[in-house]
Amino acid sequence: MLRVDVVKTLGEFSLEASFESEGRVTGLFGASGAGKTSLVNMIAGLTKPDRGTIAIDGEIVDDTAKGVHVPTWRRRIGYVFQDARLFPHLDVKQNLDYGRRMNGLTDDAEQKKRVTDLLDIGHLLDRRPGKLSGGERQRVALGRALLAKPRLLLLDEPLGALDEGRRAEILPYLVRLRDEARIPMVYVSHDAAEMRQLATQIVMLQRGRVSSFGGVKVLS
Amino acid sequence: MFDITPTEWTAILLSLKVATVATLVATPLGIALAYLLARRDFWGKSLLDALVHLPLVLPPVVTGYLLLLAFGRRGPIGEFLADNFGIVFAFRWTGAVLSCGVMSFPLLVRPIRLSIEAVDRRLEQAAETLGAAPWRVFFTVTLPLALPGVLAGMVLGFAKAIGEFGATITFVSNIPGETQTISSAIYSLIQTPDGDTAALRLVIVSAVIAVAALIGAEIFARRATQRLHGN
Repeated sequence: MLRVDVVKTLGEFSLEASFESEGRVTGLFGASGAGKTSLVNMIAGLTKPDRGTIAIDGEIVDDTAKGVHVPTWRRRIGYVFQDARLFPHLDVKQNLDYGRRMNGLTDDAEQKKRVTDLLDIGHLLDRRPGKLSGGERQRVALGRALLAKPRLLLLDEPLGALDEGRRAEILPYLVRLRDEARIPMVYVSHDAAEMRQLATQIVMLQRGRVSSFGGVKVLS
Repeated sequence: MFDITPTEWTAILLSLKVATVATLVATPLGIALAYLLARRDFWGKSLLDALVHLPLVLPPVVTGYLLLLAFGRRGPIGEFLADNFGIVFAFRWTGAVLSCGVMSFPLLVRPIRLSIEAVDRRLEQAAETLGAAPWRVFFTVTLPLALPGVLAGMVLGFAKAIGEFGATITFVSNIPGETQTISSAIYSLIQTPDGDTAALRLVIVSAVIAVAALIGAEIFARRATQRLHGN
């Protein structure tokens, strides 16, 4: 599903990661500064590896030897950032619709209803991002990514900016998403408990290197 | 005192027409240029930046004269445009549009550039991850978020264009009904023996137009900002 074999130097820090995952949820686990976000940004195409290859769903999206670099907007990925990044000039409904419009997908009312129900955001549709709580914002960001119908969903510490209570509020949605939405995910976190609840496969990163790889057992 | 004569009306309407057309033509160009300066790195960027700001620091007479050299009937660009497209600038109101546009350009570009620089690039990245091609990111995210700056730039440019005098009178002269704007009409009136009252009338009119434009811009900007802060 996801194959990564990349080298990237960022100032003093160097990232060298190689793994292949078929898991429904691949957990990128490690302390802050281990290179998790750099790696996810490369999978998203927001940054280019210095050397190496990345393949999503069998399609090679990066191959430095052949000069291949598929731009982000053509990768058909979804990305949920730690800081939601909802468009402040659009209301929730327009935010949710953005990916569909940009990808030229037909309006799928049923899918929209499924996603808004799954994430409990149906009552927020007419609001502006500025009037949402942190947890609501993150749920809308999730919905927005899902409705673009990505083939891979990247989640970079989606609970990172939330307090303890809010996390407990969102986590069940993520579990439901994993079990119902059938979209493979890459989940980034430094929280072992979150990882145990969500991930099916773990890639453990330490100072820019993959230190272990395998099932959830590698966490203990 | 408050009876505006037909000649004065002509000057007022011409000024409004010239400034409006100049602003409307300059705005898309200004947005494109502001975007380039704010977001792209390329060879000769500082030179381009300096060139845009040149009308701000050059004496207006110099700018007007340079326009005359380039866009006059015998000027290289002027001759080319006249022969091939039938566009004539010299001593026409279109020439006034050109000189006003050039003179107001730096004032138009600056706020737009600043507001584009202030747009959160992380939002543009988010749009890209949702499948938006770069030009669509620009039109659906960057430009709407920079709208207050665009409006501010347009108003500043308009105000400058309506008050422009030196470059315009040098380039297209002071022909009533064709190139005589409020400013050049005031200039002519001051030089005639009993033009004082008429000049004063036009002074008041131009002050009213300027203040109205500023108030309008303020209202627009406030609304746009409110909209953009997600409330």
